[in-house]
Amino acid sequence: MKETNHHTEAEKEPSTQKEEVVIRAKGIKKSFGKKQVLKDISFDLKKGENIVVLGKSGQGKSVTIQCVVGMLQPDGGSLEVFGEDITTMDDDELKQLRIKIGFLFQGGALYDSMTVRDNLEFPLTRVLKLKDQKEINKKVEGVLDAVGLLDAIDKMPSDLSGGMRKRVGLARTLIVNPEIMLYDEPTTGLDPITSREISELINRLQRKYEISSVIITHDMECARITADRILVMDDGKYIAEGSYKELEKSDNEMVRSFFNVSA
Amino acid sequence: MEAQQELSGWRKWLEGMGDYVLFFTRFFRNIFTGGFEWSEFVRQCYEIGYRSMMLVGITSFIMGLVLILQLRPSLVELGAESMLPKTLSVSLVREIGPVITAIICAGKIASSIGAELGSMKVTEQIDAMEVSGANPVQYLVVTRILATSFMIPLLTVIGDAIGLFGGFLALNFTDSISFSLYFNKCIASLDFSDLLPAVAKTVLFGFAVGFVGCYKGYHSDKGTESVGIAANSAVVTASLWIFIIDAIAVQITSLLFYK
Repeated sequence: MKETNHHTEAEKEPSTQKEEVVIRAKGIKKSFGKKQVLKDISFDLKKGENIVVLGKSGQGKSVTIQCVVGMLQPDGGSLEVFGEDITTMDDDELKQLRIKIGFLFQGGALYDSMTVRDNLEFPLTRVLKLKDQKEINKKVEGVLDAVGLLDAIDKMPSDLSGGMRKRVGLARTLIVNPEIMLYDEPTTGLDPITSREISELINRLQRKYEISSVIITHDMECARITADRILVMDDGKYIAEGSYKELEKSDNEMVRSFFNVSA
Repeated sequence: MEAQQELSGWRKWLEGMGDYVLFFTRFFRNIFTGGFEWSEFVRQCYEIGYRSMMLVGITSFIMGLVLILQLRPSLVELGAESMLPKTLSVSLVREIGPVITAIICAGKIASSIGAELGSMKVTEQIDAMEVSGANPVQYLVVTRILATSFMIPLLTVIGDAIGLFGGFLALNFTDSISFSLYFNKCIASLDFSDLLPAVAKTVLFGFAVGFVGCYKGYHSDKGTESVGIAANSAVVTASLWIFIIDAIAVQITSLLFYK
């Protein structure tokens, strides 16, 4: 928590050295009933890269990352994670893959019948099958320290604020050392100061744990702080791609509207 | 147009049945695969069993008491007053005890399981478990269904005993009978064919309560209203299943034991 963050004052510069692709989506389609939510989604996520997906509510941003983690099956297209097509995986393969992917839900999705400690121990004992209590305690305290909430270790989720719940949710996903993080609107419902803290935390953790991330948001401050690359989604397709600076000067009215609202 | 609507109704019903079968298969497979969640199972036994004991006890006590008060005038009229302990014990152990206990548990336990899992679904806790690579069916469903299947028979046995005690007190309002004589009369009137089928069907009642509660909660829609719907629907469906199982169990018991 004491390390300085050089990305807080200016938006991130696009990464040029990280080329290994961890997620490759090509022409993904997804419908719910008669409504086609994803029409043609294609993107690559490179190792160590943060991509931000911007778009209006109800455009299918969350559906995209739910497909990545196998919660939803795409109707068409191909979706490779670590070079393997997830649409053809069986339950066991999917379970193994999910250990490498962290998913932060909008509300944190903490197990409300358990304390913060039990929430963090849950994936260690059930997913990694750890038995040694000392090792478990060390991991729990380490990751809570990383998100700055060591004091809340024995609290119940109902005793935590919105920002704290998101931090604990983040800690719970990070505790199994995922290689990819999927953030579903990590700053929604938070005040600007806490939102900024969460965005900076995402960057710090990305560097500390060398994580590749997909961040779904419509918070432009979060996008500015965290994005190596931004994808703008409209009507089930990506209509623009680039760095924060590039998209800020976009000719596309829809893209510019995001930046104008935040200005 | 009407035919289309009817077809769509049937399709929905068939889809629902398919979901039930699929959920049962997942439950059954998860009993034997992976590690069993002993600590959660014990916690659920405590929540389901111990915390329902007071309610089941009071209801059974009143039931035994009321049955004797209602039966007494008729049996006195027939000159069969001495049959009161036997009548009470057979009716309580064979039918009233298991069904009343199961219905109370459907109201208390199925609704609470439905609401708990429903709210976990709404707040994405079940999704979070699933995407973390953990097994929510093993942790949430298997433990709850097995706990209800194990605890409801136990509650029934305890409820039957308390009900018989209630009957003893009611008998002593008007007559005087010693506890040992009353108890001996009750026990003498019961045999293996009364106890075994009664306990066996409570295992099925317990299964129905746990299974329906878990199914309704696990498959609730997203939105706070769905939590209430899941809880309500769990009670109604579990109660219905209890009566259906009871009707079938009585037929089977009659064929096997009361020829």
